[in-house]
Formats: sequence, C-alpha cells, structure tokens
Amino acid sequence: MVLVLALGDLHIPHRAPDLPPKFKSMLVPGKIQHIICTGNLCIKEVHDYLKTICPDLHITRGEYDDETRYPETKTLTIGQFKLGVCHGHQVIPWGDLDSLAMLQRQLDVDILVTGHTHQFTAYKHEAGVVINPGSATGAYSSVTCDVNPSFVLMDIDATRVVVYVYELVDGEVKVDKIDFKKTTATTAH
Amino acid sequence: MITSGIEDEDKWLAEGIAGIQHHAFYMHRALDANNLREALKYSAQLLSELRTSRLSPHKYFELYMRAFDELRKLEMFFKEQDRHGCSVADLYELVQHAGNILPRLYLLCTVGSVYIKSKDAPAKDVLKDLVEMCRGVQHPIRGLFLRSYLAQVSRDKLPDIVSECEGDADTIMDAVEFVLQNFIEMNKLWVRMELQGPVRVIEKRNKERNELRDLVGKNLHVLSQIEGIDLEMYKDTVLPRILEQVVNCKDELAQYYLMDCIIQVFPDEYHLQTLETLLGACPQLQPMVDIKTVLSLLMERLSNYAASSPELLPEFLQVEAFAKLSNAIGKVIEAQVDMPVVGAITLYVSLLTFTLRVHPDRLDYVDQVLGACVKKLSGKAKLEDTKATKQVVALLSAPLEKYNDIVTALTLSNYPRVMDHLDDGTNKVMAMVIIQSIMTNNTCISTADKVEVLFELIKGLIKDLDGTPVDELDEEDFKEEQNSVARLIHMLYNDDPEEMLKIICTVRKHIMTGGAKRLPFTVPPLVFSALKLIRRLQGQDGEVDGEEVPATPKKIFQLLNQTVEALSYAQSPELALRLYLQCAEAANDSDLEPVAYECFTQAFLLYEEEVADSKAQVTAIHLVIGTLQRMNVFGVENRDTLTHKATGYSAKLLKKPDQCRAVYACSHLFWVDDQDGIKDGERVLLCLKRSLRIANAAQQMANVARGSSGPITLFVEILNKYLYFFEKGNPQITGAAIQGLIELIKNMQSDTTTPDRASDAFFASALRYIQFQKEKGGAMGELYNTINV
Repeated sequence: MVLVLALGDLHIPHRAPDLPPKFKSMLVPGKIQHIICTGNLCIKEVHDYLKTICPDLHITRGEYDDETRYPETKTLTIGQFKLGVCHGHQVIPWGDLDSLAMLQRQLDVDILVTGHTHQFTAYKHEAGVVINPGSATGAYSSVTCDVNPSFVLMDIDATRVVVYVYELVDGEVKVDKIDFKKTTATTAH
Repeated sequence: MITSGIEDEDKWLAEGIAGIQHHAFYMHRALDANNLREALKYSAQLLSELRTSRLSPHKYFELYMRAFDELRKLEMFFKEQDRHGCSVADLYELVQHAGNILPRLYLLCTVGSVYIKSKDAPAKDVLKDLVEMCRGVQHPIRGLFLRSYLAQVSRDKLPDIVSECEGDADTIMDAVEFVLQNFIEMNKLWVRMELQGPVRVIEKRNKERNELRDLVGKNLHVLSQIEGIDLEMYKDTVLPRILEQVVNCKDELAQYYLMDCIIQVFPDEYHLQTLETLLGACPQLQPMVDIKTVLSLLMERLSNYAASSPELLPEFLQVEAFAKLSNAIGKVIEAQVDMPVVGAITLYVSLLTFTLRVHPDRLDYVDQVLGACVKKLSGKAKLEDTKATKQVVALLSAPLEKYNDIVTALTLSNYPRVMDHLDDGTNKVMAMVIIQSIMTNNTCISTADKVEVLFELIKGLIKDLDGTPVDELDEEDFKEEQNSVARLIHMLYNDDPEEMLKIICTVRKHIMTGGAKRLPFTVPPLVFSALKLIRRLQGQDGEVDGEEVPATPKKIFQLLNQTVEALSYAQSPELALRLYLQCAEAANDSDLEPVAYECFTQAFLLYEEEVADSKAQVTAIHLVIGTLQRMNVFGVENRDTLTHKATGYSAKLLKKPDQCRAVYACSHLFWVDDQDGIKDGERVLLCLKRSLRIANAAQQMANVARGSSGPITLFVEILNKYLYFFEKGNPQITGAAIQGLIELIKNMQSDTTTPDRASDAFFASALRYIQFQKEKGGAMGELYNTINV
C-alpha cells in the first residue's frame, strides 16, 4: 500500500495567502510516500513546505511558476500503475476530457493527473483514470466559479487505486472515495 | 597593605582561628568547672581576635562564625544561673568590665539576650541599651558584624504579638524602633566603607561591600517578619524611615540594593497601598542608580499580584496605580538626565507590560505609554543604539502579542509614531512582525481607513525609504518580505462591494509607489482581489439610471488596466500578459466586449514586443489560444481579428514542432463544443491541414539536418485531433482522411531507421482507442465503422 498525495494550483501568494490550516494539520510528515504536484505553487517556500511532508516530490510547471527546472510533463511508476503529470494549460480546450485523454494516450499512462481548472474531477476513461485534484488553496479561477480548496490522496495497492478527495466546504473537510481497478495491462514497461 | 596577597590573608585568618581555638580551649575548661570569672576572661580574649582589621569581609566572616559558635556555648552557660550563681542583672553589669570594647559588646549582647528571655528587665530597655552601646564600634567591618550579631541574638526575642514576649502596640513599636535603628546604624557603617581606602581599589571595595550587603538587608527581612506591623504602621513609620535612610545615605550601591530589598521582602499588598511613598523616593536617588531594574521589578511583582486574583483590580484602580507608576517613570527619566535612551525605553516596556497585564481593556493607557515614549524619542534622529532598538521592538510587539489582533494596534495613534523612530532595517523587521501577527491570527482588515493605517505602519516594505541603498538589499530577504506583503493583501477584505473597492483603491495607491522591483510581487494579489470583487458583482444589475453606483465591474476594469499596465513597464511582460488574459476572461463573464478586446490587444502587444524567449512564447501563445477559445463575448469581426492573430503567431514560433502543436491547438478556436459555440468545420480542417504541412516540413528538416527521419509523434498527435473532431461530428473530418493518416503513419513506421518507442506506443494506444470506440457499438461504433485499423 502506497499513499500518493496529488495537489496543485496553490497560487501562493498571488491568489491565496496559504494552504488552509485544516489541510496543513492533516498533511503531516511520514505518512505519504510520494507527492504529485501539477504546478502553480508559485513560490519556493511552498516547494520547501511540500518537501517537509514528503521528500519524494514530482512537480510539473504551471504557467505562474518561475522555476524553469520543473518539466512540462512527467511520468512515474508506482506499484503496477504508470502515472503521468501535467499542469494542463497546454491542453486546449482547458479541462476537456477528450483532449486530456489524448495526453493520457501520448504519455501512455494509467493515471493522468492534471490541474489548471481548479475543479476536482476524476474520470474513468477507456482503461485509465484522469484526475484533477482541484486547487489546494481554493484559489480564484477564471475557469471555475466558487472554488473550494481540495486535494487528492491516492491509495495505490498493486492493481487497485482508491482515490480519496478532501474538500473544504464551509470550513469543514469532506472526504469522498472513488475506487478504480486496473483492468488491462499498459504497454511497454 | 594593599599589595599584600591572598596568601598573607590566609595566614592571618589561620592565626586568628588558632587564637580562637586556643582561648576556646581554656574557656571550655572554665565552663566545665562552672568558673564564671575564668570563662569571662577567656571568652574576652577569644573575642579579641575579632579586632583584626587585616581581613577582607569574606575572611572576616569565617573568623566571626568561629567566634559565634563559641558564644552559643557561653550563652547556654549564662542561662543556667545555678551553675555560675550570678543573677542576669549582675551578669549584665559584670561583663561590662571587659577591658576592650569589642569583646565587651559581644558579651553584653550575649548576656542581653538571656536577660530579655528571663523577663527580669523590660525587653525594650535592654534592646535600646544594646543598640545604643554598639555605637562604640565605628570600624565598618567590625561594627557591621557586631550589629549583625545583635540582630541575630535578639531576633527571637523581639516583642511581637505572636512571640513569647507578649507585646501590645507599644512594645511592637519598640521592636520596630530597635530594628530600624540597628538597620540605620548598619547602613551608615556599610556606606562608610565606600569612603575608606584609596580610589584605585574601588572595584575591589565594591566587591567587598557587595559581600556584606545581606548583613544590612537582614534587618529589613526581620522587619517584614514582625507580624505586628500592619499596613498603617508600615505606611506611617516603617517605610518612611527606611526610605529616609536610603535617600539620605546618597550611596549608589546601597540605594540600589535596599530599594530592591524593600520590594522583595515586603508584601505586594503593602506596595500597592504605599506606591506614592515608594515611588516618591525614586527620583531622589543618585543619578547612577539602576532605577529601571528596580521599577521593573516592582511592576512585575504588582502585575503578578493583580493576576493572582481578579478581585484585586478595584484596588489597583482605587490607588490609581497606572497613573502613579507612569508619573514616577516620567519623573525618574527627567531626574536622571544622563540615563541612556535604552534605559528610558526599557522603563516604558515594563510599564506597558504592567498595563497589558493589569488593565488589558485600557487601550488609552497603552497609547499613553507609547506617547510618552514618542516624547522621549522626539527631536532625536533615528535610533542607532541596537539595544534601544531592541527595546522599541519589544514595546511595539507587546500589544500585538497581547491582543493577537492588529486591528487593536491600528487604533493606537502613537503606534506609527514610535515606529518612525526605528532605523529602516528594524522598521522592516517590525513590519514583518505585524504581517506575521495578521497571518497567524487570520485577522481580517475590513475597512479602507484601517488599511491606510496599516500600510503606513509597513511602509518600509512597500517602498524605498529615503537613504536605503538598494544594492545593499539581500535578494532572499527582499523576496520573503514582498511575498509577505502579497499574502497580506488577501487579508484585506470586506463583504460590502463599495468598501471593498475602497480597500482595493487604497492598496493600489500604496503598492504603485513600490517601484519596478516590488510590482511583480504586489500587483498579482491585487489583481486577483479585484477580479474576485468583479465576480461578486456579476449577476447584479449594472448602473441604475440616475443613481451613482460606485462599485461597477467597468470601473474596476479601468483600475485593473492601469495596474497591469504598470507591471508591463516593470520588466514583467510575461506576468502582465497572463494577468491581461485573466482580466479578459472576467470581462467576458461580465459581458464587456470592449474591455475584453482591449485586454487581448494589450496581451498581443506584449507578446509581440516583450516576450522574446522562444520557450516563453510557446507557453504564452497556448495561454492566448486557451483563453480565446473560452471567449463568447466577441462579435464576428473582433473574433476574426483575434483568432487570425493567434493562428498567425502560432505559425511563427521558432521550432517546427512548437509551430505544429500551436496551430492544431488553434483548431479549437473554430469549434467550441457547447450549444451556442462557434462550429466552423472548414477552418478547423484548415488548421489541421496546416499543422500536417508543418509536421511534414519538420520531418524533412530532420532528414536533411540529421540524416534521420524525425519523430512521428506530431503525426500521431494530429491523428488524435482528427479523431476528436470526427467524434464531435465535424463534417469536414472524414473517416477516409483519418484512414489516410493512419496509413501514412504506418508507412513512416516501416520506413524509419530509428524507431521511437514512445511514438510507437502512442500510435498503438491511438489505434487501440479506435478499436475501443468501434466495439462500443451504438452511434459511436457506427461512426468508427468506416475506419479500419
């Protein structure tokens, strides 16, 4: 069993002062094995903060990240799952599932994690899963009105992944659970 | 004498101890034989050893303790009349025959204590007699120890209400009188040490005097333990008499020590009721006395006392403790002209701490303290003394820590005036403390007036203050500071749109003074704050006829335009471009076509003139396309102009693959997959064909330049786009075209000498997807049936 934290679009300090304290108290070091961050942190302090939660940190570059070392896309393998990460502003129309599915095929991944829309979504598409963890700070978005802060925890166990969505609604943390099973093997490992 | 070393002193001490032991031996023999005369003789000889003036206080104390032990034995002997057969009264006379004054007085004190205990004579008379007679010894060290002995042996014999020597008010007064007098005499002796010996050994002498101070202080301790002393007596007699001696002795060391002693040994309740008297003495002390430490101690004790029970507060109010302390501090600062600034500020910090603990609800008191501090600092240049600066920071931090709420501090009119006296560096540190306080406590600053005051407080972070050499700034610190300001802007909020607009205008006014270095940090949060306000106003009706509505999206957009424009001048064209696009989308949602068009115009101008880096261009053009794709506010003409520009710039990117991808992304500008969205299938196809041409060109270039065919991934990407529009029902995209593309890619795959696994996997995945769709059945399956994989 591996716990993977997926989050993004924090936009600190452009659009939000900090992560919600309730999230901060949940994200304690030592519990999470990998962090996937879709980008738009936007400052180094946030990068350093994420490092304290878990040193295994995978970040792609959002359009507000000055850090040029973040790649546009990234893939990694956890258990029997191949994961792909991308911020998503490159995929037009933004947040469009069919276009994201094309990126998923291009990266040849089982799970694609993207951001940009600040709207949590999780779709099963063909054989894979497309996840958007939303904005961890509930940052303003031109795409989505009324953004609630949210992030995703993925519990990956061999061929099964359980996606927990944590959303802050009116000051209360709500958790949702979505179960995915890997049906077909991905190619070329 | 002075040069004689420690070794000499040790030798003299050893000689003295040997002398005492020698005579004690004979005294013991006399005591065993009940021989009074011999006992007196040897005890007097033993005590003569204390006549030495060669020992330092420390060594003399050792000698004194030896003699003291022997005197205990003698006292026991005196008590048992049947052993020596002499009445105490006779004994009292008898010991006065001793030849030398010092042994005589020690013996007299010893007998005196027995005399009082026997109750044969009134305690009062004996004590008075003893305390008077001790005046015979005027050598400071010898005198101090003699009187210390007197205090020691008389301690349990003082007439007090609870002691066995039952007393009434008069006899208590006698006891007080006795201790006071002994105290006064001892203090005089102690002070006189100061005047003896050459000036050059002043340090050594001060050290020696310090070793003796507890002998003097013990008298005050004894006084504090006389339970018969009630508040009235303390107020009328004890305290005034002690203070009189303290003030009159005009000795720094004594004054500091004794003031400290008074505060420590007497109950806080008494201090509170005698504040005026106690504080009245402070300005009369010598100029070099460390009065701030004394007063700080007093205030700390009083605030602890107040904290011990809520019922005590009325007492503090009744005696006007704050006014008295504040007044006394003012007088002390006035009296001690040479007191360094740090001393004065330290006093104010103590007073403020007292105020915050005892009267947390009295903000006027807090402001008064700050005001007094401003007065002290006024007329001076900025503080350069780091210790004083530290104290000012402590002074300013205390209210923040206490109230956990900056809004409270914002009401203190003297707060910014104190800050003005800090040097620029410290001013920034303090500004950061203020921001930290707001962030940690999640304080919302909800009016434009408060925001104005707040920005006045943190102006050190907002703009270059006069005389700050810019090149001396630490890059990391600067970033941290500006990011803090950016965070802060999100804490300035009001639900009322009108007030919120005022807040935004106030913030804008201040951050615009920040210069090119700060704007990239401060403009984005302001822009998003304004965009949030616009979103709140959407759905509300715009201007009502004849009625001035202050907060309308239109007005805010004007403000935003000017703000983002400033950023584009500040060498941050990429950030400005992004913000223009954000504004364009918001204008779209507000149905303001001209505003949206203006934003796009500005974004394109920046793209043309300022975004030079090819990688930055790729990202920028995707953002432009992505935003434009979502716009529905534009009429045909405007839309055409903008889409034309976007596709034009896409095809002009430096790298062919980037060109290709941007151009196929443009296809989405002509096909928006919602109800009223534009659906221009022909132009979609044009884009896709154009991107195919570019992909071909890219491959040919790769052939020529590297001698290998380029990656086929671009073709697979375009295939996917074909599939996308095919599924969306674009009539221009046919199954035959897709079939042709698939064959093309298959041929390329078989031709290539350098297989590319990623592209192959991508292609395989695309084919698998087609298969998947075919097997789905229904309308989609039917659509895909025209394609063979």
